[in-house]
Amino acid sequence: MSIGHTLLGLLESGPRHGYDLKRAFDEKFGHDRPLHYGQVYSTMSRLLKNGLVEVDGIEAGEGPERKRYAITEAGVTDVQRWLATPEKPEPYLQSTLYTKVVLALLTHRDAAEILDTQRSEHLRMMRILTDRKRKGDLADQLICDHALFHLEADLRWLELTAARLGKLAEAVVR
Amino acid sequence: MTPAGALLAAHDLRKAYGPTNALDGAEFSIHPGEVVAVMGPSGSGKSTLLHCLAGIVPPDSGSILYNGHEMATMSDARRSALRRSEFGFVFQFGQLVPELTCVENVALPLRLNGTSRKEAERTALSWMERLEVDGLRGKRPGEISGGQGQRVAVARALVTNPRVLFADEPTGALDSLNGERVMELLTEAARSANAAVVLVTHEARVAAYSDREIVVRDGKSRDMERIV
Repeated sequence: MSIGHTLLGLLESGPRHGYDLKRAFDEKFGHDRPLHYGQVYSTMSRLLKNGLVEVDGIEAGEGPERKRYAITEAGVTDVQRWLATPEKPEPYLQSTLYTKVVLALLTHRDAAEILDTQRSEHLRMMRILTDRKRKGDLADQLICDHALFHLEADLRWLELTAARLGKLAEAVVR
Repeated sequence: MTPAGALLAAHDLRKAYGPTNALDGAEFSIHPGEVVAVMGPSGSGKSTLLHCLAGIVPPDSGSILYNGHEMATMSDARRSALRRSEFGFVFQFGQLVPELTCVENVALPLRLNGTSRKEAERTALSWMERLEVDGLRGKRPGEISGGQGQRVAVARALVTNPRVLFADEPTGALDSLNGERVMELLTEAARSANAAVVLVTHEARVAAYSDREIVVRDGKSRDMERIV
């Protein structure tokens, strides 16, 4: 995820202090991985240098000075460009699992066992996500759904591969 | 060997249909209040396992113990009584009687057990509330959606307070959102009633509502929890 673009986007609704930005980010997008203050301030310095934000005011406080940042016209254009650019779909062509299955077949180990164990591990994670989804709000549900659909896709691959193990074995040991 | 405390346990189940071995030494066990997913590809023997466990189809050999009693030695009448009062069933579709209203459908198992109409419909409504379909009480199955129909079917399966709920692809005919809601309500209701659920599914997202899974392949079963 582009932290810079996300912070910029959060600034579109109005100027904010670094601390407020971190809080808004964590609340909406951080979930398991909240931002460090250092990340916020280094990102804001970069955005400032690139003219995408400007300092809207400075408050003297107990700790370090509290800068209030505002997005610039160039910043709004940058967010717009980022949102309009499609993300590159992940091709998923480098699969460790595929390598493990082929290696197992080549070395005459039990490839079905590898697939079954992996399925169980995937389902374990899916149970955790399903539970979190059940207890969470709509944002949590969307995040968990994204993960669940990807895990489900892996599982479908596991099933298909399990069904094709015989043919795969013939192909790899040839 | 029966796992300690199992409510329903099967050992070395075998069942052939002609030359096809639908079950080839399958094992299974479930404890009260547990949700166990039975997974596996089409034709692997999942549904045959469920039918044998529920006493719908007799296995060719092997043992099935329900509450410590061997199912094979029970009389037909006793097995029928079990299916009527201690087992509940939810299938993929086509379960509700089209001529009856939803509340009459849910009350039906109680009526067949001799409960008065008033009492049966009162209990039926309380289950319909838990499945969030009490508003459909006067509708007939033809007037409600697939997701609603499946929730009514779950209410009907649970209305007798069964000790085991057998669910065979219960969300197979539903879209993702409706399927998930049915699974949430089904597992919540079953857990609160301490009913065990045998959940046959080929969908991982449905299996994720279970406590553990058993994988059936070529008529053989693997209990993944005991392997990993």
